[in-house]
Amino acid sequence: MNWLKRARKGIRTWRRKSIPEGLWKKCPSCGEIVYSENLQKNLSVCSNCGNHFRISPDRYLEILFDRGSFEESDPDLSSSDPLKFKDSKKYPGRIKNAQKKTSRKSAVLTGTAELDGNRVALAIMDFSFLGGSMGSVVGEKIARIARKAIEQRIPFLMVSASGGARMQESILSLMQMAKTSAAVNLLEKSKLPFISILTNPTTGGVAASFAFQGDIIIAEPRALIGFAGPRVIKETVGEELPEGFQR
Amino acid sequence: MAVGKKRKLEFESPVYDLEEKIEAGRQRGLEPDSAEMKKLAGRLEELEEKVYSGLSPWEEVQLARHPDRPTALQYIGEIFDEFLEFHGDRYFGDDPAVVGGLASLGGRRVMVVGHEKGRNTRDRLKRNFGMASPEGFRKSLRLMKLAEKFSLPIVSLVDTPGAYPGVGAEERGQSVAIASNLKNLFDISSPIIVVIIGEGGSGGALALAIGDTVLMMEHAVYSVISPEGCAAILYKNKDKAPEAASSLRLTSSDCLELKVIDEVIREKHGAAHRDQHGNAEQIKRVLVRKLSELEGIPGEALLKKRVDKFSRIGIFNG
Repeated sequence: MNWLKRARKGIRTWRRKSIPEGLWKKCPSCGEIVYSENLQKNLSVCSNCGNHFRISPDRYLEILFDRGSFEESDPDLSSSDPLKFKDSKKYPGRIKNAQKKTSRKSAVLTGTAELDGNRVALAIMDFSFLGGSMGSVVGEKIARIARKAIEQRIPFLMVSASGGARMQESILSLMQMAKTSAAVNLLEKSKLPFISILTNPTTGGVAASFAFQGDIIIAEPRALIGFAGPRVIKETVGEELPEGFQR
Repeated sequence: MAVGKKRKLEFESPVYDLEEKIEAGRQRGLEPDSAEMKKLAGRLEELEEKVYSGLSPWEEVQLARHPDRPTALQYIGEIFDEFLEFHGDRYFGDDPAVVGGLASLGGRRVMVVGHEKGRNTRDRLKRNFGMASPEGFRKSLRLMKLAEKFSLPIVSLVDTPGAYPGVGAEERGQSVAIASNLKNLFDISSPIIVVIIGEGGSGGALALAIGDTVLMMEHAVYSVISPEGCAAILYKNKDKAPEAASSLRLTSSDCLELKVIDEVIREKHGAAHRDQHGNAEQIKRVLVRKLSELEGIPGEALLKKRVDKFSRIGIFNG
């Protein structure tokens, strides 16, 4: 019964199809597989469900502002380890990794750029830099750019993406909520517009300070927005969360 | 000092043991100014000094949360001659986790606000252990605006584990409530004196802690997150809270060193829970002094200084 026996062992296919990495992307919201090039054309919004993909500050610059008009402020401000924070990984190490990953010195990009020919001051947070957490540098950069808006009498536009305060700078991080709120207060006294864009996620110390003080607040669809995140609520008070809560 | 059914922490026992000895001596009929009793009293003082200094950060957390530690209302009762409490945020309801009202301090009229943790189990439940909801923050802001209207200085007593992280609080805008306190407190042209009396927990504390002078009780703590919360996130293990407490640099001396607070108020008899009256007097003395310092400053200058004060905080490279 030779014809029932395999002549050669193993499973063979004739030829391996090679698909370049990143040609397709899966939408984290609806699971639809979308063609990267189309996604790019659609400004990183899922064509199926309208979900906004998480994008980098550079991509926001590209989408929102006039090409070549961006002038960065304070690019070199970076975190020190003021508390010598003891952690499973050392804080300076975490910073270094994040800097390598994002090719940025801190979790926020600030500067001025033109929006349809109008110069605005801007700050865009980077969630891939330690969860966009706010420590001394993030607070200082946001406060400085708000002051620059006041000096130049231009509007301020802020894109937030943050889990909240940076634990490794403890009380100093908490105080950045006060510092940024003071800056927003001055902006308001100067009667300058402040547009706040909330992306996924905007929670904790960032939500509870400047992000919710915009004259106009725009949220990306389905972005998680709130003070305490769903896990914190479940773990600390044990309440069940309604469907679509904080989204 | 009466030794009743006091709840004590482990490291406190030597003090309480000695107090029992003194009490036994008293019952044996020894006069307070007899040589033996004087010697014991002297030793008690030394022991208090020793036991309550050089504590680990985790022990400081225990003291800040001590069940017998005086709460805001207890201090208010001791410090002020009169107190007329106001309620409600005029939007949703009254939050018992935050108290406030008009008070008088040695002839001065002031507005007092503060977190109230509650004194016994029933009271603590009612006051949600001092964890404020949006109504609480809105009430405090309402009262501070009222103080400004009548040119009254404001005293804020901070003592909270943090803002309440519940569904209802989220639905009613916990973030916005804290955010608008933070922004608007830079507009209140009355002098604001903040005293962290126990736990200064995160944004919920900060919402009542923007001021011209920020004071901290010796055994209070002030931090961006609870040691338990920090341990759960960083070490995935809540039992590592003592380590997290050290990492967070949350003691009064740490906060002074990091220039987050202006002055530490020393606690009498070792710790506030051992002498409510004496420690209220300590606070009162500092309050009177600070009020006199701030009173002469015009509103505009005060606000500018307040903004500058908080704009300076932070440590970084570049």
